[in-house]
Amino acid sequence: MKRFADLIDALVFMPSRNGKIRLLGDYFAHVPDPERGWALAALTETLVFREAKPAAVRQLVLNRVDPELFGWSYDYVGDLGETVALIWPERPALANSLPPTLTEVVETLRAAKRSAVMELVEGWMDSLDASSRFALLKLITGSLRVGVSARLAKTALAAWGRVDVNAIEECWHGLTPPYEPLFAWLEGRAEAPSSAQGAGFRPLMLANPLEEEDMAGLNPADYRAEWKWDGIRVQLVARGGERRLYSRTGDDVSPAFPDVTDHMAFEAVLDGELLVVRDGAVAPFNDLQQRLNRKTVTARMLQEYPAFVRLYDILVEGGEDLRGLGFTERRERLERWYAEVRPRRMDLSPLISFAGWDELKALRAGAREAAIEGLMLKRRDSAYVAGRPKGPWFKWKRGALTLDTVLMYAQRGHGKRSSFYSDFTFGVWRDGAAGEELVPVGKAYFGFTDAELVELDRWVRNHTVRRYGPVREVAPGLVLEVAFDSVHRSTRHKSGLAMRFPRVHRIRWDKPAPEADRLPTLERMVVG
Amino acid sequence: MRVCPEGLFVEPGGFFIDPVRAVERAVVTHGHSDHARPGHRHVLATEGTLAIMRQRLGEGAGQAQQALGYGEAIRIGDTTVRLAPAGHVLGSAQVVVEHGGSRVVVSGDYKRAFDRTCTPFEPVPCDVFVTEATFGLPVFRHPPDLGEVEKLLHSMAVFPERSHVVGVYALGKCQRLITLLRAAGYDRPIYLHGALTPICDLYRGFGVELGELRPATVAAKEELKGALVLAPPGATADRWARRLSDPVVAMASGWMRVRQRARQRGVELPLVISDHADWDELCRTLDDVGAPEVWVTHGREEALVHHARSRGIRARALALVGFEEEGA
Repeated sequence: MKRFADLIDALVFMPSRNGKIRLLGDYFAHVPDPERGWALAALTETLVFREAKPAAVRQLVLNRVDPELFGWSYDYVGDLGETVALIWPERPALANSLPPTLTEVVETLRAAKRSAVMELVEGWMDSLDASSRFALLKLITGSLRVGVSARLAKTALAAWGRVDVNAIEECWHGLTPPYEPLFAWLEGRAEAPSSAQGAGFRPLMLANPLEEEDMAGLNPADYRAEWKWDGIRVQLVARGGERRLYSRTGDDVSPAFPDVTDHMAFEAVLDGELLVVRDGAVAPFNDLQQRLNRKTVTARMLQEYPAFVRLYDILVEGGEDLRGLGFTERRERLERWYAEVRPRRMDLSPLISFAGWDELKALRAGAREAAIEGLMLKRRDSAYVAGRPKGPWFKWKRGALTLDTVLMYAQRGHGKRSSFYSDFTFGVWRDGAAGEELVPVGKAYFGFTDAELVELDRWVRNHTVRRYGPVREVAPGLVLEVAFDSVHRSTRHKSGLAMRFPRVHRIRWDKPAPEADRLPTLERMVVG
Repeated sequence: MRVCPEGLFVEPGGFFIDPVRAVERAVVTHGHSDHARPGHRHVLATEGTLAIMRQRLGEGAGQAQQALGYGEAIRIGDTTVRLAPAGHVLGSAQVVVEHGGSRVVVSGDYKRAFDRTCTPFEPVPCDVFVTEATFGLPVFRHPPDLGEVEKLLHSMAVFPERSHVVGVYALGKCQRLITLLRAAGYDRPIYLHGALTPICDLYRGFGVELGELRPATVAAKEELKGALVLAPPGATADRWARRLSDPVVAMASGWMRVRQRARQRGVELPLVISDHADWDELCRTLDDVGAPEVWVTHGREEALVHHARSRGIRARALALVGFEEEGA
């Protein structure tokens, strides 16, 4: 339990993804089976205990601790599990008993009657140290919250075991905790577990951005084109009665989208774009955002933001894996399948016919629909392979919009950037009650070089007018030309507008702040 | 003894203990800047504390300085005064005042945990015990310090190419952490922010072994890769830290026990190492000194007052102002 608790602690404070991967790798390398397998299951929430309610935990500690002292402590710490873990009075008589391993805790809990759980917990608490008590309480109340997604854990396993993460995805669904065959394979002691996948996730095929110089070498006749829709890439898996909706990284998001899974009465694996579609029209990305990052969904959300999938590809039909076929053949199979099954809340992403690159370029330039991010080019003969191979698929995004804005606030970054003001909030001018005023329209933290960051940081420090913790307000004096993919109406922002993918395009050291753009300019860029 | 705007005043002796303003006659418990203020005319303290005050305050360390060893007694006015070790930092002392047959002990800042850099705390039975309560909540229980050092060494093993920069208070925490690292077997050079060097030299002058220390400020960037660097807490996330390659930012403080505190400070590796008594030590010390009356000077007083009363001790909070959390 101690090693698991130390891992949880380290993960909670580690801001960087690579750092988390290293910590996980170190843990897998040094902790034996089945302990590490249970830890993996707990981190990825494959294993979730909801045996203990917060009220029961609170009662447990109040049997031991003066309620006044507990009250002051809870006020100070702010988190129930943490307060209980820290305040728990150890019984000296039991301090010598061996603390349980994570394996012992998991196996005992799985076998225990619900009514016996709190007594078990009390016994364990007496033999664990504070950080292990914290890990135990978080585990039994079902809320580890250490910022480790299933995909991140798999990436860490892949890095440690020196295999491709997609190879882990292929076999993941057939595995159960504590994953001994998986670890045996990653340590080179056994063959890879078979990829008997059922309703598992198949790693997605991704596209490379198309550069202008790429085009000269490509023959338009080898490629087919379709729109790149502005939603979330998903995989629909319906096998043997199981229905799953996976994000592009393989996280299972099915519970949040019953309005899609309800209509998956078929046997197939499909690739598509998740969108919000009302009366046949695709809603702005902002609407889809209301549905994302939720574990469940309310009836009201289902009605206001109805989900929809625009299909791109078919990977498996019935029992047949189609991934080895060329794109054209798969597309024919997809069209035939769609005509036959006619699933509700889904349609086909149409192919675009074109004679040459110039025609396609004109089509791309003319696409003003908000839901279109650009174009996709797919080689006619391309098999569906995991990852981002160079050549078969390209994405060709619509040209970015730009706007001259004024820097308003800067915030310190994290990790390598912790000593730099590197997150920039910028605004544009509008008519205010007392004349011209700046209104924030977005935030950007990339798009500049390291050398430019040093300059920006110096500028922020020299022009600070107010400080709010890690944030500095600066005098209006620096113009940032920001680039963004599109802009939408939003009630969540003071300006009433929200940008997609804003980044710093150029730092306009030369331009006086009063000459920056005004809000109506941005409003005219709203589409859809 | 009573509380004045200047601080705690011992009337029959005519002196203040750790006054926050310049006074005629002061007894100073230890060298942290919130206890050892400049400009007193006469200062009584241990030799260690006086040396620290001279280094930090120069001329402000007091016109007349008088050193008193642990256990030695002197008369001041109608009182007898002794200094007893407090175990907080080098030179730190409790003030034992006897007058008219009763004894008052003012703890200053103290801890009970073992520390190679200073003389261990000595409980002195008394009639009134005046105690600090920096960590006066039962959630503050410091884990074993060597375990925290192991945490740091483990992180250095997992991220061998990154520098590890630990935020430490210049006086006390810095030297204690170095001796803990040496005790744990870490024998590579330790790099110091310039602000930490003078106090380390002073500790060495008092016989504290610190091993090889190098200035971080002039070290080549390449040399600091994978190195251990100590710096004042404020410097770890500021421009000074840019000389370090992708540093892991750690902080050694009792406040690191509470996650939210550690997160607010942007700490990646919190190390719970404190020079103050934790809750269990505060409570144990009340038992050890056996005083029927307890005054709590600063910190989270209400919980300790509540605890003392529940054990039949007369207790009250003095709510002294001007004591920050330096050296916590």
